[in-house]
Amino acid sequence: MIEALMQNLPFVVSALLFVIGLYALLFKSNLIKMAIGLSIMGSAVNIFLIALGYKENSIAPIFTNAPINGSINAAKMAMPIPQALTLTSIVISLAVTALMLSLAVVVYRHCGSLNASKAWRLKK
Amino acid sequence: MINEIALHSPALAIAIPLVFAFLLPLLKKWKKLAALMALIGFGAAETMAVLVFKSVLTEGIKVYVMGASSIGQTTPPFMPVPVRIILEIDAFSALMGLAGATIALLAAIYSIKFIKESHVKYYSLLLLMLAGLLGFVFTGDLFNLFVFFEVLSISSIGLIAFWLKRSEAVEAGFKYLTISAVASLFVLFAIGLLYGEHGILNIATISRDMLFYGFAFTDIIALGLLVCAFAMKCGTAPMHFWVPDAYGEAPAAVTAVLAIASLSSVYALLRIAFTVFGPLPHTEIIAYAVIIMGAISLFVGATMSLVQKDLKRLIAYAGVSQTGFILVAFGVGLVAINNVPLQAFGLRAMQGGLFHLINHAFYEALLFLVAGAIIYRAGTKDLNELGGLARQMPLTAVFFLIGAISIAGLPPSNGFASKILIYESIYFFSPLLAVIALISSVIVVVPMVKAFCSAFLGPEIKKFKSVKEVPGSMILAMLVLSIIVIFFGLFPGIMLESIVNPAVNALLNQAAYVGGVL
Repeated sequence: MIEALMQNLPFVVSALLFVIGLYALLFKSNLIKMAIGLSIMGSAVNIFLIALGYKENSIAPIFTNAPINGSINAAKMAMPIPQALTLTSIVISLAVTALMLSLAVVVYRHCGSLNASKAWRLKK
Repeated sequence: MINEIALHSPALAIAIPLVFAFLLPLLKKWKKLAALMALIGFGAAETMAVLVFKSVLTEGIKVYVMGASSIGQTTPPFMPVPVRIILEIDAFSALMGLAGATIALLAAIYSIKFIKESHVKYYSLLLLMLAGLLGFVFTGDLFNLFVFFEVLSISSIGLIAFWLKRSEAVEAGFKYLTISAVASLFVLFAIGLLYGEHGILNIATISRDMLFYGFAFTDIIALGLLVCAFAMKCGTAPMHFWVPDAYGEAPAAVTAVLAIASLSSVYALLRIAFTVFGPLPHTEIIAYAVIIMGAISLFVGATMSLVQKDLKRLIAYAGVSQTGFILVAFGVGLVAINNVPLQAFGLRAMQGGLFHLINHAFYEALLFLVAGAIIYRAGTKDLNELGGLARQMPLTAVFFLIGAISIAGLPPSNGFASKILIYESIYFFSPLLAVIALISSVIVVVPMVKAFCSAFLGPEIKKFKSVKEVPGSMILAMLVLSIIVIFFGLFPGIMLESIVNPAVNALLNQAAYVGGVL
């Protein structure tokens, strides 16, 4: 049991982070805390993607980095596609977090509060 | 030259709005020129969407490979699997692309007079939204699906919160941002799971893998996550709270595009359920989930629409109920493809659902543009304050009536044509479901009558005495939408034959989609 847990540690960590982020998003009414929860969720997904492409004793998937003993051994490299996905996802989550925080700033200017239950006016 | 353009039309359809979106800010000093450029961009994107649609209808599935030496070369010479950026367009995605481009073009024409300040920012975001929408429906690759999903949602948030001076608009933007960020993280998580299982991101290849080897456990988790995410984004019942806020607070022309953007999430849901996972027994659970969500949103949307005082929120809730129609119809279709005695009804339900999807996109856009026209002249959307506008704005009143008849599904309209297909087919699946659909549809008549009476009929109100009919560009956009709506209503047979049936067949024909790439 413990061994299985340790072997899959990155996946367990990412699932935990995802749930923590979702909790913050659903149950916190402070807008900044919601933004934090969202970026925790983003990090959880990034960890998941990186863990997906990892192989033990592998090298970075850079073409010129490959060992020069004759042929390039692709099996020794970590999988490059999840890393490319992660890079894109980091950029996107940066944009989303920035947008969310800037909207929170505008909300604060209007309502003088960052608390969703005080600031929200649209009901029903 | 024309052949060349037609050949590259899928890529150009995405590239043109993208390039124009980033060119516009350079013209900030020349506002009229910028608006003209934006319109040229929308027009060109529309032309490309028409070209794509025409060629898909005549030649079948169109595959476009970015960066290959020839367009159809899906696999690199030294590799057995398609790892390139592939656009794959079948009749359904071409139809969605065409509807999206048309509505965006009309919204842009409408906005010439409707948007009074920061034209450049507005048009850039709207073009970006169109690029995201077209990329989202045209792509044949899961990761690009995610990227375009994000492009679409981030640009829509910019537009929902366009009037930053209104605190309600910012609030709606924040809520929409939260829901779309969570949805896209779900999608990314699911894509990670599918990649871990199948080692590829191409939709067709994953689909073939599942046909040959069946499901793994992680695939089912991925399916659940994807269905959750797209159901969140299409505004179905348990997750519909953002719909009235976002639709109500965005500028009217944006709301029209936002409605088709939500419907494109329905498209993605169907693409995942039918094409990627296909007719395997496990999808039945998803089918029932979709039916239940649809039935709840049918009822909740219709009843919540009754109590609204705000015109745009009223239309938005009625729209939630129409999304319910589409989901119920496709849910029944999804159950029926595994169930031989139900197959004929399943096919009919899907035809009805798809026809309703297209109809819904157009009459919802029309209704929101009319609401925008009222806001433009009367300065309010509160039904308690409005009244007697039919005297000053007769054309707008007629347009509203056309839209209202369609959304309520009264006989000569397109809404009736598609709803009757849905009723008669889902009745054989479950009479109760048909009853819920029928009752909800009847309930929707009430808020529409209420809105029409309190905005357009009644005694003249002093405040609105000097109100005039809206400018020509706004009339033009509403007129074109009305003509489309009436045409669909008068000739449902032609529409079914020429555009709906190819799309339904494309959705059902998983082998053709796989064969397009491999």
